[in-house]
Amino acid sequence: MIARLAALVLACATAFLPVAVQAQSGPLRIEITEGVIEPLPYAVPDFVAETQAAEQFAAEISRVVAADLTGTGLFREIPRDAHIARVSSFGAPVQFADWKAINAQALITGSVSADASGRVVVKFRVWDVFAGQELGQGMQFASDASGWRRLAHKVADQVYSRLTGETPYFDSRVVFVSETGPKDARQKRLAIMDYDGANVQYLTDDSSLVLAPRFSPNGGRVLYTSYQTGFPRIRVLTVGDVASQTLQVGEGVMSFAPRFSPDGRMVVYSLTQGSNTDIYAMDLASGATRQLTSAPSIETAPSFSPDGQRIVFESDRSGTQQLYVMPAMGGEAQRISFGEGRYGTPVWSPRGDRIAFTKQNAGRFHIGVMRTDGSEERLLTASFLDEGPTWAPNGRVIMFSRETQGAQGSSALYSVDISGRNLKRVRTPAGASDPSWGPLQ
Amino acid sequence: MKHLTKAILIGAALATAACTNPSRFGGDDASRGAGGPGTYAPGSVDDPKSPAYFSARVGDRVLFAVDQSSLSPEARVVLDGQAKWLMDNPDYLAIIEGHADEQGTREYNLALGARRANAVMEYLVAKGIPQNRLKFVSYGKERPLEICSEEACYAKNRRAVTVISVSSLTG
Repeated sequence: MIARLAALVLACATAFLPVAVQAQSGPLRIEITEGVIEPLPYAVPDFVAETQAAEQFAAEISRVVAADLTGTGLFREIPRDAHIARVSSFGAPVQFADWKAINAQALITGSVSADASGRVVVKFRVWDVFAGQELGQGMQFASDASGWRRLAHKVADQVYSRLTGETPYFDSRVVFVSETGPKDARQKRLAIMDYDGANVQYLTDDSSLVLAPRFSPNGGRVLYTSYQTGFPRIRVLTVGDVASQTLQVGEGVMSFAPRFSPDGRMVVYSLTQGSNTDIYAMDLASGATRQLTSAPSIETAPSFSPDGQRIVFESDRSGTQQLYVMPAMGGEAQRISFGEGRYGTPVWSPRGDRIAFTKQNAGRFHIGVMRTDGSEERLLTASFLDEGPTWAPNGRVIMFSRETQGAQGSSALYSVDISGRNLKRVRTPAGASDPSWGPLQ
Repeated sequence: MKHLTKAILIGAALATAACTNPSRFGGDDASRGAGGPGTYAPGSVDDPKSPAYFSARVGDRVLFAVDQSSLSPEARVVLDGQAKWLMDNPDYLAIIEGHADEQGTREYNLALGARRANAVMEYLVAKGIPQNRLKFVSYGKERPLEICSEEACYAKNRRAVTVISVSSLTG
């Protein structure tokens, strides 16, 4: 009986250890390496409107900050109706006792001002409640009124960084394929949105089929595959003016599966000639192309390592789809996937240490991650049809497409932590597939 | 690119025709004898020289096993008929459309559809159809014909469809 009690106490201590210890010694910090079981409780009272024109933004901005933080699954917002202290002035001293009483470990205070020209300025501070100290320094961001959501994402990015020690990802955009209509008459358009599904803009109309857009490293351009000519061809689109052109990648029945190199100067892609599909690279400035694989099998879905030295791709040269890594200039490829089933759509993590992929096994699809040598394979999801992972700029979260089963099936975007926790749907106005997560802005 | 639009329109018409009973005789009675030689209206499904006839009577499609692009004996019989029709009607060109079922990743299915369409094209070329009368394209899993998520539907979606075109492929 005593032994069992001791075990119970130990289990509880373990569960709360990271938060408790960190609150008592050193700066408030949440360790997210393997995901957190107990989210860190925080409070974000409505930001103070310093001008009348700022009133429309103040509450909205603090709500977006809270949505960003809570949406990670790492933090838990203490509801505003539980707050004891009222923050009516950004400069007023923080009533730490009131925030301790409701167990808010972190507190975010802020103010918003807006002038007649439409310029919005947001200031914020992050507080370690139990240490009774400010965490980092107060900062401010400014934009025109239309950019108020970005201001909120920037504040949340700062808070996330200070509390996790990780680089953030909220102020980022995703390019994807917006889908409408039934399975046998589906219309597809390229679209771009904030990472959280807000501010959707369409980049193409639905007059021709488009597939698998991929952001350039700086987010200024998008590569995609279009049937505008009647045949699949890679096109490149400039996000700013939505101008697009076909990439002259060489003779072939079709070109597809494009992706930029980390420096944005090269494109790797697949080219089909006859029954054979191989991987090529093209220098965008000179237009020179180079064949990187030459096997009679299907080689596709190439993705550069972030240092630009290697390329991971899929091939069915062994008889089924598997993942391989080769030098960026081509050459001998090493197979890295050896588990049961088929592996496709590999994407190198921005941190360089992992590769995300789609796995198909026993009638189910999974999104997974593995080390770049294929070790430590971990499946994060399982469904009728999950595919096409893309990494958040900080390499902590993966977004992907999930298509539901049956005649009424439709596609939606989901995100999941690389720990496998916090699987959730990304809200989009219509069906959505093929996400590509852009850089932190 | 006008020819492609036309080909796509014809393809759509053929696809619609193929979805209905391929051995139907009704529906064309009204036009029958109205102006055609013998017992059929020119261009109708009963006109052996019409794309509609090719689609419905010769058979415009062949099916494939899971993840395969090899031609079955049944497929070869259909393709022999297609080759004969194309020989007899040398003014027509054809685009072969390769498709995959939804059980696969997007890029791989594009490449797989290309393998299937190319297998059909190579067979027709081997039967004597000049290569410059043929082109192929893959739609991967983007254009399913049947929409249930069961093998009965998947089997019909793993296909290569020969779409007859009336003008030059090279424009």
